Amino acid sequence: MAIIEIKNLSKTYKVYQKQEGLLASVRGLFHREHKEVHAVRDINMTVEEGEFVAFLGPNGAGKTTTLKLLSGVINPDGGTATVMGHVPWERENEYRRKFALVMGQKNQLWWDLPALESFRLNQHIYRVPKQVFEETRDTLCEMLDVTRLLGQPVRELSLGERMKMELIAALLHQPEVLFLDEPTIGLDVVAQHKIQKFLKSYQQERNNTIILTSHYMKDIEALCKRVVIIANGSIYHDGSLEDIVDRFSGDKIVTLHLAESRALDGLANLPNVIEIEAPKIKFRVERDEVGKVLSQILGAHAVDDIVVEDPPLEEVISNVFSEAEKSQEAELAARSNN
Amino acid sequence: MFSNAITWWTFFKISIHERLIYRADFMLGTLMRFLPTLTQIFLWWAIYDVISTPGSIDQTGGPDGDIAGYKYGDMVAYYLLVIISRAFSSMPGLTRGIANQIRSGEVKKFLIQPVDMQGCLLMQRIAHKLVYYLIATIPFALVFWLCGDFFVDGWPEWDVLIVFYCSLLLSFLLGFFLESCIGLIGFWFLEVTSLTFIYMLMTFLLSGHMFPLDLLPDSIGNFVDFLPFKYLAYFPAAVFLGKVEGAAMYQGLAVEVFWVVLFIVLSRILWWKGIKHYAGFGG
Repeated sequence: MAIIEIKNLSKTYKVYQKQEGLLASVRGLFHREHKEVHAVRDINMTVEEGEFVAFLGPNGAGKTTTLKLLSGVINPDGGTATVMGHVPWERENEYRRKFALVMGQKNQLWWDLPALESFRLNQHIYRVPKQVFEETRDTLCEMLDVTRLLGQPVRELSLGERMKMELIAALLHQPEVLFLDEPTIGLDVVAQHKIQKFLKSYQQERNNTIILTSHYMKDIEALCKRVVIIANGSIYHDGSLEDIVDRFSGDKIVTLHLAESRALDGLANLPNVIEIEAPKIKFRVERDEVGKVLSQILGAHAVDDIVVEDPPLEEVISNVFSEAEKSQEAELAARSNN
Repeated sequence: MFSNAITWWTFFKISIHERLIYRADFMLGTLMRFLPTLTQIFLWWAIYDVISTPGSIDQTGGPDGDIAGYKYGDMVAYYLLVIISRAFSSMPGLTRGIANQIRSGEVKKFLIQPVDMQGCLLMQRIAHKLVYYLIATIPFALVFWLCGDFFVDGWPEWDVLIVFYCSLLLSFLLGFFLESCIGLIGFWFLEVTSLTFIYMLMTFLLSGHMFPLDLLPDSIGNFVDFLPFKYLAYFPAAVFLGKVEGAAMYQGLAVEVFWVVLFIVLSRILWWKGIKHYAGFGG
């Protein structure tokens, strides 16, 4: 059975619209104009136990709203969702003991106290038996290499260290379902990498279900087999990362290492050259043309090395985003015309 | 039930730990509390001095005279007792704290985790108060010892003392739940600073913090009698000084219980309605 089931889930926010100027402010005292923002519209998806799913999408696409709905922070306007058989926004304690939400931009630890104290509090809030608590805590601290920092007030920790503590605090009750909202935001590459590595091995070991949102493609490449692209509140694509590259990028990037720099003269007028750095040349070719183009070049020039690769994921994704936004807008326009 | 108790106990211990980090700040705050009272005492000296027969002195060494049944000594004793009442009933930062948590979205924590926000805040507040009393005992004892002569009627009987202690505990609960209610209004109005200010003003004037409520003319006094504010400062002091006695004293205590229960219920309703509103609105 699916661990998360979402059917036709919708959420609309009312946003207060204020016109510019003093007069408008005064008018706003008596009559407020609201604009409806459809943060999530009609989302359908299921997640199986043990899946590691990424929510991808531009800012304001509805990723965080979806996570908030699934963790019961907000109520939907339409549709249903169940997580482990519970309706999240009923906020039953039984449900709340089985999941965790970590927000990269929010702090859940006691600021002035060592993280250890916050952990102990969570132990009791989630009713974790003492022995299990201590074992889990020690394992997690070791995995994230923060044991020596346990006694330091949280305010004195670096952002990366604090984020690790946040993760530990959220994992102490061994949640079956974990929602991570941009857990690596603002972290340096080393810290990001550590957290990725940790999440990966943690998930493999426990086989729990994780939904992650992130703007760092590296996070997603490293962790998630399944990627859900959300744009304008709807699901635009749901599939594997490779699918996305296949579907949204028709190009390959070819790098040739030529035997002689002279040969570059003949190649510089190729269409879509990205860069020339003698004796190397990098250019973009349509996927179907790769064989033809390469055999032509190999016939005419001596080549030492060839690399054919997919375009960088960031680039693909940014294309997907702009495409998604356009198609959603077109759909909306069509809907409102009818 | 038992595991809940453990959660609260842990929360309580952590709060104490947190509070002790700021002990120096606390110490200073405690000492400063006596300053405004000192000014008031000098002011009343001047007033009594004007109205008393020139040259006459009462048994405390202060000027003679009587205002609404208060001699100069009573007046000083009253202000000292009000400091004690307020040490129980004032909740610095509670209203704004709740409103800030709502506005910043920190309140989410209490929707996600299986733990009650108000319970946490109450534990935190009890912890803060206990640490405060611990630190304040010495300066308080010193001041009361120095001013012992002003308690002209001596110490009250044990039954009065019991009512006094009960009224102090109730004033703590009243202050907590009343201010919680104002903070929780933050679910609807994101900014509660002006409400807090109005509340502060009302407590200053109507709780007996500034002057004994007996000084108010009957027309206003009767009205103030119907409000909860007087239990925050005036009532415990009045009980101690014997200004409220016998049946009226027990009746007052019962009314105080009524107010506490009312604000507990009200704050629970505001919380449930509030999170529903919040959840519907977003955040």
